[in-house]
Amino acid sequence: MAKDTHNLAVESGQDVAPASAAQWTKKHLIGLEELSAAEITAILDTAEMFGELSARDRKKVPALQGKVVFNLFFENSTRTRTSFSLAAKRLSADVQDFSASTSSLSKGESFIDTAKNLEAMGADILVVRHSTPGAPHLLTRHVGCSIVNAGDGAHEHPTQGLLDLLTIRKHKGRIDGLTVGLVGDIGHSRVARSNIWGLQKLGAKVILCGPPTLLSRGFEKLGCEVAYHLDEVLPKLDVINVLRIQFERDTKSVFPSISEYFRLYGVTGERLARSKPDLLLLAPGPINRGVELTPEVADGPQSAILDQVTNGLAVRMAALYLVSGQGR
Amino acid sequence: MRTIKISGGRVIDPSQGIDRTADVWISGEQIAGIGEMSNGEPEIVIDARGKIVCPGLIDCHVHLREPGNEEDETIQTGASSALAGGVTTVACMPNTLPPMDTRDAVEYVVLQAKRARKANVYPVACVSKGRKGEELAELGQLVDGGAVAFTDDGAPVSSAALMRQALAYARMFNRCIMQHCQVMELTTGAVMNDGFESMRLGLKGMPNAAEDIMVARDIRLAEITGGRLHIQHISTSRAVELVRDAKKRGIQVTAEACPHHFTLTDECLRTFDSNYKMNPPLRTKADVESVIEGLVDGTIEVLATDHAPHAAEKKARELDIAPFGIVGLETLIPITVKGLIEPGLLTWPDVINKLTVNPARLLNLDHRKGSLKVGYDADVTIIDPDASWVIDPAKLRSKSHNTPFGGWSVKGRAHTVIVNGEIRHSLEPGFETPGRRK
Repeated sequence: MAKDTHNLAVESGQDVAPASAAQWTKKHLIGLEELSAAEITAILDTAEMFGELSARDRKKVPALQGKVVFNLFFENSTRTRTSFSLAAKRLSADVQDFSASTSSLSKGESFIDTAKNLEAMGADILVVRHSTPGAPHLLTRHVGCSIVNAGDGAHEHPTQGLLDLLTIRKHKGRIDGLTVGLVGDIGHSRVARSNIWGLQKLGAKVILCGPPTLLSRGFEKLGCEVAYHLDEVLPKLDVINVLRIQFERDTKSVFPSISEYFRLYGVTGERLARSKPDLLLLAPGPINRGVELTPEVADGPQSAILDQVTNGLAVRMAALYLVSGQGR
Repeated sequence: MRTIKISGGRVIDPSQGIDRTADVWISGEQIAGIGEMSNGEPEIVIDARGKIVCPGLIDCHVHLREPGNEEDETIQTGASSALAGGVTTVACMPNTLPPMDTRDAVEYVVLQAKRARKANVYPVACVSKGRKGEELAELGQLVDGGAVAFTDDGAPVSSAALMRQALAYARMFNRCIMQHCQVMELTTGAVMNDGFESMRLGLKGMPNAAEDIMVARDIRLAEITGGRLHIQHISTSRAVELVRDAKKRGIQVTAEACPHHFTLTDECLRTFDSNYKMNPPLRTKADVESVIEGLVDGTIEVLATDHAPHAAEKKARELDIAPFGIVGLETLIPITVKGLIEPGLLTWPDVINKLTVNPARLLNLDHRKGSLKVGYDADVTIIDPDASWVIDPAKLRSKSHNTPFGGWSVKGRAHTVIVNGEIRHSLEPGFETPGRRK
């Protein structure tokens, strides 16, 4: 079936998604751990459809017309929130930002009460970012609307994991059989966990690489290979995903200095020269240039960092679209 | 004097090695004897056929929250909850507001418990002034006020020097130091056990080592001081080994285990439900097995609940904001049955031993409590071992309902509870509890 048919259907408001989207029956998107390969593929296929749409002049579709989306962010974020906002707008939903600093949380209102208030204002979807693992999960027990996890502590960041998967799939044509390295601050990283679940479910091999202080024992039990020296694993990789050091979390004394970190794990042009020529480089951003990777690498030909941002928009459109039951 | 005859029950009194069908007689506020008595017609006869009759259960680790956190629990509601759970005596922890570190604070608790007229309440007072872990509280005056032991529970006595002094100084009062063993530097910001599950959930974990290290340290301090050390809520394999080894070496160390630590593991946190957040945290299956082993071989001689009520609005929060702890008094019997008796690990006499004479000794109450000997306080718990019921958090007598056991189908329940010769709790229809209402 030609993809154009779907696009036209979506444009005309008939809500016909790719065939795989019918696999999606969930009301919430909390993490990739609880998704099947078919469900992940449903989101990726739907995202690809929306991605093609975004390349056109008329970028907006009426799929979520009349729906209300709240961005409920309890942790700073600019790009993820903007991406979700734009995704909701392109689907013609009404979208409203709600951030903790400007809210009644400072007056002592609880997280759950805040969500219930937004639900009472007619929210259909709450996009939630929170520093505590499980916070979006907690909301699913207290409110009736759909919850989309936009990152909960070090637990999961499903749309980031999905956009990484989509970027890999678009560049490599597949995910099955690839070897993907996640490098750096694995322990604090929700991106790492979502990537691990998603990549493994779609058949990729995952190698985790970072200092033992940021890579606690146990990750190998998830089926990953664990390594401490980047130079040893780099030649094996088809994709490298360079995670950001989360200086805002507890990183005191997990490594002695940035310069030592950079020496061990910094992705440089010199290191890339010793890797596979078609190595694909991802970084979830915001990147610390000169800490995790050099500017020449970030802006170089193997970098897909900006494609990730573009794909992020498409993935978030797909997520909002599917959790509202539009794919069925 | 009023006499009560508890007729035809299975009388289990480990302090006297008794396990047989018999009558138990109460005269006034004291136990009058077991068996045939010729002192006339009793005023009250309780039919205990098919039930277990034992000395009133003693829980040496309970948080009553008063004064300071009456939204969570009061002495009245906590002592009521104890009765409903079959517990006639509780030892309450001093992490109140203000902390129980002065004689008047201790006496206030004793007075409130008398007014409540529910379970007996014995205060465990602070080790350090203000529970700050810096200097010794006035232990002698606390003893005069009624303190049966000392602890800074909620937090450990982190300073090895202060712990050494406390263990030594408390010797002159023959009181134990109850220690919450946790090296705080290893647990900053942590909400659950450290390991595979915490890694997977992205939650900060408390390593077993945080407990093990302090257990090892304090055992050595007990050894050099000759003091009495009690390890609270033991939860790790290594800690159990350390206590076992210390006992072999003749060191005065005792340990308690809580029902949640021998029935639940850290996998429960996959639900992100704060009713699984407690400190020490739920550990792994291997740790649960070690705790059970310790209970079976006697390394752990006391069962305790660490009853830790928290108001719903505090507990229904994100995991890192929600406070640690669960209520436990009313689930003590059925969860112990499920975890230890039903699988055949311990017998009823074993369990009752760990809930009567052993905690009585720990709290220096064994001259009047924990036994059905003649002249002892008439505290008696009558348990229906076959009562099947479903735990409904909303029906708990505690002011708080934070339990992970809601919805569990269980067996075993306190049927009638007598304190100081007065029937203060009963499942008989129409029974009115004496004393003040809530």
